[in-house]
Amino acid sequence: MAQIGSFALLLALALSVYSFGVGLLALIFKDDPDWNRLGETARRAGVVVFPAVLLAALVLVVSAFRNDFSIAYIYHHSNRDLDAKYKFATLWSGQEGSLVFWSLLLSGYAFVLRLRYKTDPRLFAYASVILAGVQVFFFALVNIAANPFGLLEGPLRADGTGLNPLLQYPEMVIHPPMLYLGYVGTTIPFAFALGALIMKYPGDKWIHITRRWTMVTWGFLTIGIFLGAHWAYAVLGWGGYWGWDPVENASLMPWLVGTAFLHSVMMQEKRGMLKVWNMWLVFASFWLAILGTFLTRSGIISSVHAFAQSSIGPWFGWFLALTFAVFVFFFVQNHKHLRSEHKLEAVVSRESSFMFNNLLFCALCFTVLWGTWFPKISEWVQGNKVTVSAPFYNRVAIPVALLLVVLTALGPLLAWGKTSFESLKRNFMWPSVGAVITAIFLMATPPSWGGAFGLRPWQDVSYFYSLMAISLAVMCTLTIASEFYRGGRVISEKTGQGMFASMVQLTHRNTRRYGGYIVHFGVVVVIIGVAGGAFNIDKEQEMAYGDKMSLGPYTLLCRSYTDEEFPNYDAQWAVLDVFKDGRQIDTLTPERRFYKASQQTSTMPFIRSSLKEDLYVVYEGLNQDNGHPILKAHLNPLVMWIWLGVWIIIGGTVLALVPNAPAPVRVAVPRTLEHAAPVPAGD
Amino acid sequence: MRLKQNPTLRRALHCSVLAAAVFAFSGASDPSTRFNELGHQLMCICSCGQILLECNHVGCPDSDGMRNELMAAVSRGDSDSLVQQAFVQKYGPTVLAAPTTTGFDRTAWIMPFVVLLAGIGFVVYIVRSWKNKPAPALADGLTPVRGAELDEFREQARKETDL
Repeated sequence: MAQIGSFALLLALALSVYSFGVGLLALIFKDDPDWNRLGETARRAGVVVFPAVLLAALVLVVSAFRNDFSIAYIYHHSNRDLDAKYKFATLWSGQEGSLVFWSLLLSGYAFVLRLRYKTDPRLFAYASVILAGVQVFFFALVNIAANPFGLLEGPLRADGTGLNPLLQYPEMVIHPPMLYLGYVGTTIPFAFALGALIMKYPGDKWIHITRRWTMVTWGFLTIGIFLGAHWAYAVLGWGGYWGWDPVENASLMPWLVGTAFLHSVMMQEKRGMLKVWNMWLVFASFWLAILGTFLTRSGIISSVHAFAQSSIGPWFGWFLALTFAVFVFFFVQNHKHLRSEHKLEAVVSRESSFMFNNLLFCALCFTVLWGTWFPKISEWVQGNKVTVSAPFYNRVAIPVALLLVVLTALGPLLAWGKTSFESLKRNFMWPSVGAVITAIFLMATPPSWGGAFGLRPWQDVSYFYSLMAISLAVMCTLTIASEFYRGGRVISEKTGQGMFASMVQLTHRNTRRYGGYIVHFGVVVVIIGVAGGAFNIDKEQEMAYGDKMSLGPYTLLCRSYTDEEFPNYDAQWAVLDVFKDGRQIDTLTPERRFYKASQQTSTMPFIRSSLKEDLYVVYEGLNQDNGHPILKAHLNPLVMWIWLGVWIIIGGTVLALVPNAPAPVRVAVPRTLEHAAPVPAGD
Repeated sequence: MRLKQNPTLRRALHCSVLAAAVFAFSGASDPSTRFNELGHQLMCICSCGQILLECNHVGCPDSDGMRNELMAAVSRGDSDSLVQQAFVQKYGPTVLAAPTTTGFDRTAWIMPFVVLLAGIGFVVYIVRSWKNKPAPALADGLTPVRGAELDEFREQARKETDL
């Protein structure tokens, strides 16, 4: 089996080298028909790369299911009693396998791109060659430096060492694929952008093609990031979902830049502006995704994700340098082609809001990058490392993020070109009033209501931030609602349909714009969830049978402890009755596991979720001195809003990808101008 | 003068000063609040990479001892900076969850805001220069629409493209 996998990877490398080399020569000698024919063979070779790497990936998965511990990778990341879904996930559980998986996804994207080459054969040929170049790097990596089919020396082992317990959670099956689809997907816009730059592509068609790919990539990255957050919340047992770990930061950086691009690309489409800026954003998004991988795997920066560290860092370092050099070279050579006529009619306009939006996203990205690298920079400059953790990011990033929320509320109300002050005042008044009323309400309510109620912003800066975040979230929501309402009302007046049907029609006629608003609404819901973090409380206590613990409005009563043996692990549960207002409302069973193969323990918190708050209980284990069980309970307000917000973001993204429904055709009556056909939808 | 003559204004000023004082000092002397605040500014050194009060490893060789030390320091009434200094001396600078505001560490805090301010300056400059660019010349016989009439056209176009 291992030989088949190794051969498949070698074949994929050979095909990629051919696709890159011959494809490149075909582009250089593009006027020669013979080279054009060879260029077509390069494209086909690129298409075949996908089945080759798919075979390698399948061999690895089948080896995991067959418990083939002669393969070192399988021995280190699986064991006989490992659940089937985690055996499947073995493909991306470790360094070598995850690089094969990365190559598989990259080849999958490239496969689709190469099959759709008729959209624009010349541009796709350039993109295909650039993709082949990236593929050569990854296949060289998995063939030379991180081969997953290396055989174990010595006698054949009876069982593997098993998968890291923290990875044995259902989201292991879906979080890495989503995140990788996001990371890898940034290569496609990059390939189109660099291709367009090299060939001095006339017009903006490449940006239309790129935008859809970017939205898909952004969607996957968003899902991946939030799945990771949920996983951390549900498994790590510290009661939080985001720890500002370098690996988490690595996923956030390309997301921030990608989000900036999704906004600024509209400036290029509508006004032909920011061509240079957009080119750099696309490149930065790709480059930061690779930088994130470098951070994750090189061990250059300390991270709790230490399971993925290895010595392949220099490979990524050189690749980053090479891609940067190539991009800068072609940019310097061809940047004049990207010149555009920039003319703004007014400072208060949609254009300006997009410029500031991009500035804030990039400033946030810089903050995350700076904070992630600062320990290393400090070591270089002053000889000692420092820690840059949550307190730094909370203090620096939150004010910038709040400014972004203000822009999210304001932006949709600004028109392209110029917005009159009167119009802005009229549209912005009610959302502002709503925000002020929300702030007063939250401060006026009694603290005994719990959560964000009874907020006293003068007591703690985190309360102040929460108050601002929730109030601004309400303002954004009202802005979005007013956009739907105003558009729906116009359609309703013209067609006589009900308001809801009119708003649905409105959305169908400009899915990108209104899908975008739904994404904004999802972000607002997430922000409300995050704002709840300021009111988290927790308590740790030894709990013997019959002991009670009070936390907020809840009382936990320890009823019993039980244990059970499973093939892969032994489990211990605490059985706790939950009381609220003197009435039993639930029974919780937080769990602690001991994994036999790896000889490691792991906690499985029990989370009782509601829209108002999560009761999060962790069975931490036994006190080593007296043998008493220790439980830690957290009361985390509004966390469920985060996961709800993500679903809304996904829905909005999918909607934005749906093609617009055609506007109904109306026959213009010549003498009455006011009955002329409406102008087709704009963004 | 006006302040002396106007008791309502004087009372309002007193209230403001009192409120500011309450805001500035609220919670500062409450030991449990200080323990919680300081505990979230320190890291557990067991290489779990977690904030001291969030380290959830039972049997963690370090966090219990560190928490006890912190509680003792807070109970003694040591100032925040004294507590932090003591922890740095014992566990090294990585025990602080964020860079300090002295020496080179200060750049960690300054740089993001420098970049943001520079960016704002740059965007303002760009927006103003683009706005001040002369409008492209119109063909003979055409007169540009300005003022209220132009705003009216814009509003109409916005309404229609909204659909």
